[in-house]
Amino acid sequence: MNMYTPIVDNGVNVPALLEAREALAEMPEAARFQWRASCHWVHGTHCQSEVERFSGLGKEQSHKRCFTFDADHPEIFAAEDSGATPVEYILVGLASCLTAGVASVAQHRNIQLNSVRATVCGDMDIQGILGMDRDVRNGYQGIQVVFEIDADASPEDIEAVVAQSQKRSAVYDIVTNPSAVSVEVRS
Amino acid sequence: MGNGPGGASRRVTAVIVGGGQAGLAASHCLAGHGIDHVVLERGQVANAWRRQRWDSLQLLTPNWLTRLPGCSYRGPDPDGYMDAAQVADFISAYSAARGTPLLEQTRVTSLQQEDEGYRVQTDRGDWLCASVVIASGAFNIPVIPSLAAALPRGLDSLTPFQYRNPRQLADGGVLVVGASATGLQLADEIQRSGRRVILAAGEHVRMPRTYRGRDILYWMHRTGLMDESWREVDDIRRARRVPSPQLKGSPSRECLDLNSLAAREVEVVGRLAGVSGSTAQFSGSLDNTARLADLKLNRLLDRIDDWIVRAGLPGSEREADRPAPTVLDAPHRLTMDLGSGEVRTVIWATGFRPDYSWLQVPVLDRKGLLLHDGGVVAAPGLYALGLPFMRRRSSSFICGAAEDAREICDHLATYVRSQWRRGRIRAA
Repeated sequence: MNMYTPIVDNGVNVPALLEAREALAEMPEAARFQWRASCHWVHGTHCQSEVERFSGLGKEQSHKRCFTFDADHPEIFAAEDSGATPVEYILVGLASCLTAGVASVAQHRNIQLNSVRATVCGDMDIQGILGMDRDVRNGYQGIQVVFEIDADASPEDIEAVVAQSQKRSAVYDIVTNPSAVSVEVRS
Repeated sequence: MGNGPGGASRRVTAVIVGGGQAGLAASHCLAGHGIDHVVLERGQVANAWRRQRWDSLQLLTPNWLTRLPGCSYRGPDPDGYMDAAQVADFISAYSAARGTPLLEQTRVTSLQQEDEGYRVQTDRGDWLCASVVIASGAFNIPVIPSLAAALPRGLDSLTPFQYRNPRQLADGGVLVVGASATGLQLADEIQRSGRRVILAAGEHVRMPRTYRGRDILYWMHRTGLMDESWREVDDIRRARRVPSPQLKGSPSRECLDLNSLAAREVEVVGRLAGVSGSTAQFSGSLDNTARLADLKLNRLLDRIDDWIVRAGLPGSEREADRPAPTVLDAPHRLTMDLGSGEVRTVIWATGFRPDYSWLQVPVLDRKGLLLHDGGVVAAPGLYALGLPFMRRRSSSFICGAAEDAREICDHLATYVRSQWRRGRIRAA
């Protein structure tokens, strides 16, 4: 059993997470989650996605409400710019996952955070998506994340928190490793 | 049923499965308790050291740490590192000097609970006993990731058990998968043989061979880290999964790490994450993996420095010869065409697991590992030895066998005597 002294408050309920981990060790099937989103075309390159239901802990689950996300492209792509581009959502996902991880790991290690800012940049050569050069990939050539963290800890301890956050991040894993994707068309 | 070719089952109080360092240390301790027992060995003593190691392998631990209960190294080179044959000879001599009740060429085919004890079936007859010590090792079967099945035809695929030396390899490049002691040592010697080597590095443990002029294991021993108890570590399940450190035993005590390999033109890439068609896909997480290993290395050296200060040992900051941070060519490539002929051989240095195919007692977890509390298995009278971090950090090292065997055999002796008193089993 982990001994935990709650003298630090980053707003993360670490004891609950540790209890969940113990409980799931006994019934690993409950650890299988499914995350879902649905997306409908609006007009041009503008799409709107909804996120509400998911499954996990052996049953159907739901967010407190339905969240919607508009995606589009900027006007220099001859679009109406009704939302962030899909590739920017990837950056949002990566930054959010790593930052949430920093908060959780810091809480677990009894490190008080005062402020955290992640800046994420992804480099892309659009010759790929425009089909101009087959040697250029569609996706990011590379992604850089810069964390600026003010916390009651040494630079080494802060660096270790950030490294551990990457080690346990789902989106970092999704971005750095291949995933099998199946796409089906239903008529 | 179940009787061996010799007729009736033989009775003994305790059976030790495995005649390696752990089993022989247990035999020594049981003899001290006056408990009759037999050691069953599938091949000959120290079998794995004789048959399952590559030609150049040397121990990670220096000779002065190569010791068993009642026997320590007395040779001329306490700071050297034994090769596999020397280890096997050391263990064999230990066994012979003690008159160990040993049956070689006797393979255990099943272990079942029966009456108040156990039936041990072997290919040379059955044994009935009150207690069993599983000392058959933790590294019996090379673990190969499932994606190995997707490798294109025409590539040679080797485990560390099949690898002997670079001369057996087909001409051409070699992809070494895994960055523990095994992966780094193989990448090192294959590169030295003049071949092109690509090393796919996942999570790893970086460790300098020497620090402040002494072997790193001297410091880990002196500071008590090697003896750290399984009850003291934060997360014992994680501690038991930690891969072997990037160390190599060699006369020059040179340091072996990703930096030293990269300096010799070994191409270091991320963990092998997928094989799609003829394309190998490497993880883009190498940067963080190396960072984690550097941070962990420096925490280890911090602990040693703290200990030196507390112990009042002389030593200056200048002597703290910390290894430089890992610096790799960035960005490394994320894919490689396995069909291009660039690589002809893939070596899977991706770990080992124990073989419990003979164990018919329900004491395995869902990953096939033994359920135990410091080597006391979840079935009365059943014990383990030689597993990673079983009772202490040194549990899977030769130098950890003595203390673990003493404690486990004390427990075993208490159990057996209580069974004798209750008349549940008879003294053999």
